[in-house]
Amino acid sequence: MSSQDLGATRAGYDWPAIIKDLIGTTIVSLLLMVPIVAYKSVITQYSLVLQARWGTVAIILAVILGARLMMHLFVWNREPAPVSAAKASAPPKKSLSEQIGPWVFPALVAFAVLLPIISGGDRRTIDLGIYILTYVMLGWGLNIVVGLAGLLDLGYVAFYAVGAYAYALLSTVYFPLWFGDGMVPWAFYITLPIAGLLAALWGVILGFPVLRLRGDYLAIVTLAFGEIIRLVLINWFDFTNGPQGITVPKATFFGLPFTAGPGGFADFFGIEHNRIYYYMFLYYVILLLALLTYFVTNRLRRLPIGRAWEALREDEIACRSLGINTTNTKLTAFAIGAMFGGFAGCFFATRQGFVSPESFVFIESAIILAIVVLGGLGSQIGIVFAAIAIMGSFELFRELSVLQEYLPEGTDPVHFRMLAVGLAMVLMMRFRPRGFVTRRQPTVFLKERKAVSGDLVKEGHG
Amino acid sequence: MATENKTPVLSVEHVTMRFGGLTAVSGLSFDAYPREITALIGPNGAGKTTMFNCITGFYKPTEGRILLRHGSGQEYFLERMDDFKISQVAGVARTFQNIRLFSGMTVLENLMVAQHNKLMVASGYTIGGIFGSGRFRRAEQDAIELAKAWLEKVRLIDRADDPAGDLPYGDQRRLEIARAMCTGPRLLCLDEPAAGLNPRESDELNKLLRAIRSENDISILLIEHDMSVVMQISDHVVVLDYGQKISDGTPAHVKSDPAVIRAYLGVEDEDEDALAAKAVAEALGETK
Repeated sequence: MSSQDLGATRAGYDWPAIIKDLIGTTIVSLLLMVPIVAYKSVITQYSLVLQARWGTVAIILAVILGARLMMHLFVWNREPAPVSAAKASAPPKKSLSEQIGPWVFPALVAFAVLLPIISGGDRRTIDLGIYILTYVMLGWGLNIVVGLAGLLDLGYVAFYAVGAYAYALLSTVYFPLWFGDGMVPWAFYITLPIAGLLAALWGVILGFPVLRLRGDYLAIVTLAFGEIIRLVLINWFDFTNGPQGITVPKATFFGLPFTAGPGGFADFFGIEHNRIYYYMFLYYVILLLALLTYFVTNRLRRLPIGRAWEALREDEIACRSLGINTTNTKLTAFAIGAMFGGFAGCFFATRQGFVSPESFVFIESAIILAIVVLGGLGSQIGIVFAAIAIMGSFELFRELSVLQEYLPEGTDPVHFRMLAVGLAMVLMMRFRPRGFVTRRQPTVFLKERKAVSGDLVKEGHG
Repeated sequence: MATENKTPVLSVEHVTMRFGGLTAVSGLSFDAYPREITALIGPNGAGKTTMFNCITGFYKPTEGRILLRHGSGQEYFLERMDDFKISQVAGVARTFQNIRLFSGMTVLENLMVAQHNKLMVASGYTIGGIFGSGRFRRAEQDAIELAKAWLEKVRLIDRADDPAGDLPYGDQRRLEIARAMCTGPRLLCLDEPAAGLNPRESDELNKLLRAIRSENDISILLIEHDMSVVMQISDHVVVLDYGQKISDGTPAHVKSDPAVIRAYLGVEDEDEDALAAKAVAEALGETK
């Protein structure tokens, strides 16, 4: 006990070590600050001059050294708590996440279903909901490829594009050509499965050449594939209308258009016409699609194919030694992941009312991947929170007109959103390197479902 | 030998494996018989694991033929088959020298993955499974029962819901054997199953392997350095050195074979001195 008490009070300071550390800190800080802070280039009327700012350097250095000294004096010299006590109390304690775990998803679904009603038909809230749900769905789709099968795919947006263009081209060009204009109101419902199938087909087409690649090489080829699709969309002018894009018809409520006139949705149900119904309708469509993705993926995880995906992530050679055809397993992962991307793309096209190659740039793939990684590879709930965090913060920065007052003239807070995401990513790497939800739920159990600690779950080698 | 009038399960015929200029296995032939434990032994670098990788399809031999016979008379040329087909169709299961479990999956899940092909068919290649077909649910239940039976045999039933990566080393070795057995193999290939086990654990392993052989219609082929395991449980020992077979027979026969003793203990001192002197003389002669 007495040694423990001593640990709580401060032991003597090791001054030579502290001074050594402070000198080191000074050198590193100066190395960084001399080129960045010490000189400011000022454009005068005639020339470019350097303005020395050694005062600023001194202030920053003083702050850094002061903070570091405080850390030495009050934080870093504390002795670690005795190990035995920590270990003894750890096992029986059920973590908070385990206690509330089973309730999180139903609560989220209930909230999502009620959101349009809670918000009182506020268009901005519903739009944000649609926006976030689209990315949740994309995250869940990519999660099959990256999180479950462990194949790093940097070109996922290609499948999103395939789905979007499938809807755009079928509804504006081919349906009127094949079936006449009468089918156009139904185009969304008919195209949705077709868009998914086409995207799945492209998933297989991408999958074949990259089967032998792993890790970085796989990532590069998938990235290139995403760019190829975009460049084809830009350059194949006759087919895709190139960079000008295609204006696509809006979705209908099973054939009833959301218009004011007779025969419209409002007229049919005898309610007053309001544009918000259309957004609510879109919101529920994407909610249904996202839930479909969730439940199908969850089901697949419990089927042999899903277990084979996860086994593939854990150890490909062991998979082959057990007679699993890893080629087919990888291709199905690509195809099913791509299929959900295609569904989301089809929805995206009808929501935007317009598709152009600009919507399918690499940064979209990167954002979707960031959502999956931030959520925790393989975790579906984590992805929901990650999508809310990332997409929500993007939107938040648009709204921050308050910040404007504190920022220099001509700076828009929107420009800082990538900076904020970058900072969030750095913090995540420091504090939760494996994402929000790291524990893996087993797919089958004998007596008790025990979550597998994230430390044991592998990330796959591509 | 009592085995000579039986048809071998596995016939390795004149197999040569070259990696660039290095010949790891050269012209090796041996047989493994039904319901027998065949041990492949030899000093480090003798080509044992290479031979194993040829049998299980991870390498394609440069020359030669590897024939697997089922009781029904069906024959498979393993050197022509993909690695996963060798397990799926020909029924050859293996374990690895450095354990390869699915560490982030539970013990039970590891055994379920091993029954992938059977379950895949039962789930109607996923389509039936998605809609929860009764056939799949029954197959899944049977698969769990089989997994349970094997967990009982390797005494891991209490850890069924724990992650495989959490098990101690000896348990992981046994789980890997159970996982290989869940594929329903005709030939079980074990790559150093006793490596890293303490004497008590390796004794337990001996019992397990004997039980597997007597209770299932299966042949076991194993690579082992631990001579206590080899001599106690194998019916038939094949000794390799520098990629070639130097001895083949019962454990007692192999133990007393001078060629084996030479390979393991080196040539006698006098001979070695003479060889060294000769080498020095040759080297000097060349420089002059």
